[in-house]
Amino acid sequence: MSNNYLDIIRPGINTTFQDKGRDHLYHIGIPFSGAMDNRNYLIVNKLVNNNLDSAVIEFAYQGPHIKYSGEKINFAVTGDVIFSIKKKDTEIEGNCYESYQIENGDEINIISTNKSVYGYLALGGEFDLKFQWNSCSINTKANIGSNDGKKLDVGQRINLKKINSNKDIKKTNYINTKIENIRVIKGTNFDYFSEEGKKIFYEKEFTVSKLSDRMGMRLEGPKIDNIVNTNIKSEGLIKGVIQVPADGNPIIMLSDHGTIGGYPKIGVVASVDYDRLVQMSPGSKIKFKEINLSDAETLFKLYEMETQNLLSQI
Amino acid sequence: MIKNISNLGDAALYCDFGNEVNKSINSQVIKYFKTIKEKKFEGINNLTPSYNKLIISYDLKKTNFKELKNYVENINPENSIDITSKKLEIPVCCHENFSMDIKRLEEILKLSKEKILENFLNKEYFCYMTGFIAGMPFLGDLDENMRAQRLETPRVKVPKGSVALTEQFANIYTFESPGGWNIVGNTPLDVFDSSKEDKPNLINPGDTVVFKEITLDQYKNYNEQ
Repeated sequence: MSNNYLDIIRPGINTTFQDKGRDHLYHIGIPFSGAMDNRNYLIVNKLVNNNLDSAVIEFAYQGPHIKYSGEKINFAVTGDVIFSIKKKDTEIEGNCYESYQIENGDEINIISTNKSVYGYLALGGEFDLKFQWNSCSINTKANIGSNDGKKLDVGQRINLKKINSNKDIKKTNYINTKIENIRVIKGTNFDYFSEEGKKIFYEKEFTVSKLSDRMGMRLEGPKIDNIVNTNIKSEGLIKGVIQVPADGNPIIMLSDHGTIGGYPKIGVVASVDYDRLVQMSPGSKIKFKEINLSDAETLFKLYEMETQNLLSQI
Repeated sequence: MIKNISNLGDAALYCDFGNEVNKSINSQVIKYFKTIKEKKFEGINNLTPSYNKLIISYDLKKTNFKELKNYVENINPENSIDITSKKLEIPVCCHENFSMDIKRLEEILKLSKEKILENFLNKEYFCYMTGFIAGMPFLGDLDENMRAQRLETPRVKVPKGSVALTEQFANIYTFESPGGWNIVGNTPLDVFDSSKEDKPNLINPGDTVVFKEITLDQYKNYNEQ
C-alpha cells in the first residue's frame, strides 16, 4: 500500500492518464492515443523533474478537483488553464508553467481550460498505473490502458509509487499561441472533389462542432461536393487526416481515431500544427492553408527545435 | 507489387497496390507488411495493411518521406517470409434476437432469410485486414447476390459480437461500437482480447474463416462449457 496518493473529489468531464502513446498496433486496430497536445505534455513533465515520457493527467474543459495525501511533492499544470491550490486556510490562484509544492491535505482544483480544450497536470513522481502495450494511455472507446481503460471517476484513489527527490521549483514563460490557419498537405483523394469544393476547402471558414472528442474533430461549414465517389475501399488512416463523408462536412482524425476508414481524404494536417489544432474548442473558426511536403517537413523541424529549446530552458 | 508510393501528409507513406479487391493483391500487401515489420526500421511507428494499400506512418523526428520511400522501394518481399495462416470456425447464432437487419436484407436482396443464411454460412472467407476498431476482421467475399449497402443512418451502438455484412464483406464487432453494417447474427467468441498483449486478435490478415450456425441454447451455454 502506498502512503502517497490522490483522491478524486470531482473527476472533470474527460480526464484520463496519458503518456507518449503506443505504436506498432494500427494493423490490429489500436490507435496511437497518448497526450493530444504533445508540447504541453513534455513541458509539464519537465516542470516537475519527471522523465519526459511519464504519465500525466490530461483533462478537457473542466478538470479534476483532487486532494493529496502523503509527503511533500511538486506539481505543475500546462495549457491555458484556470486552477486553484487550497492549503489549510488559504486558497490561491495557480499559474500554468510554474511548479508548486504541496503537502498532506492540500487540494488542487482545476476549474477549466480557457478558450482551449486540453490541459495537463503532472505530479513530481510516478503514478502506480497498469501499462498495456508499453503505455498507460487510456483509450476509453476500446477500454485499453490504465484505469481499466476508463475515464477517472469520483471517489477514486490514485497511488504514487515514487516521489522525485529533486524538488526544485521551476518556471517558464510560455504562451500558447493561437493560429488562424491550419496548414494542410493535399490528401490522396483530393481530386474526388469538384473545383468548387476544392476552392471552398482552402478559402472558406469552418467551425469546430461540439461533436468533437479524442477520436475526431467534426467541422461545419459550406458543403464540399464530391464528384467521384463518396466511399473508397477502406484503408489505413493516420492522425490529422481530413475525411469528407457524403454529407460534405469534414472530419479530422485525432489521436484515438479508428485505424481504417472508407471516406475520401481531402487533406492531412501538417504535423507542425497538430498540437494547436487539438486545442481549438467548439465554435472556433478554422481556415485551411495548403503547403507542400518539403515546407511541412521544414516547419516541423523548426517547431521541434523550438520545443527542445523550451525544454532545455526549464 | 507496389504500383506507386506517395505521401499521406508529412508523416506517412501511402503504398498503392492497385484498386481491385482480391486475394492476390491483398497477399502482396500482407507480404510487404510482414517483411517491413520484421526489419524494424528505425522511425516507423505503424504499418496498416488494407485490401490494396499499405500505409506506413513514421516519426518525423527520426526519418522522412524521401528516406523511407527509398528504403521501401528497395525491399524484396519475395525473398523473405512465407505467409502462414490459420483456418478458423466461428460459431454464430442467427436467432431473431440477434439478426437485427435480416428483414432489411430480405427486401434489398430479394431473398428469404433461409436463403440468405444458406448463402452466408459454411463458406470460406478470407481475412483481408483487421482494424477500424481493435480486432475487427474484414472478411470476403460474399456472393454477388448477397451484397447490400450500409444502413443509411448508422447505429450508435452495435452490440459486441455482432456479425454483419456490407458489400462483398462480412465483419465481427469485437466490442460495442457505433456502426452501419447489416447485422445477421452474433458470436459468443471473444474475437479481441486486450489482456493477451502478444496475440489480442483471434483472426488475422490472411486467415480463413467459416461461420457455423449454433442455436440460441448453444449460444447461451457457449461460455460455460
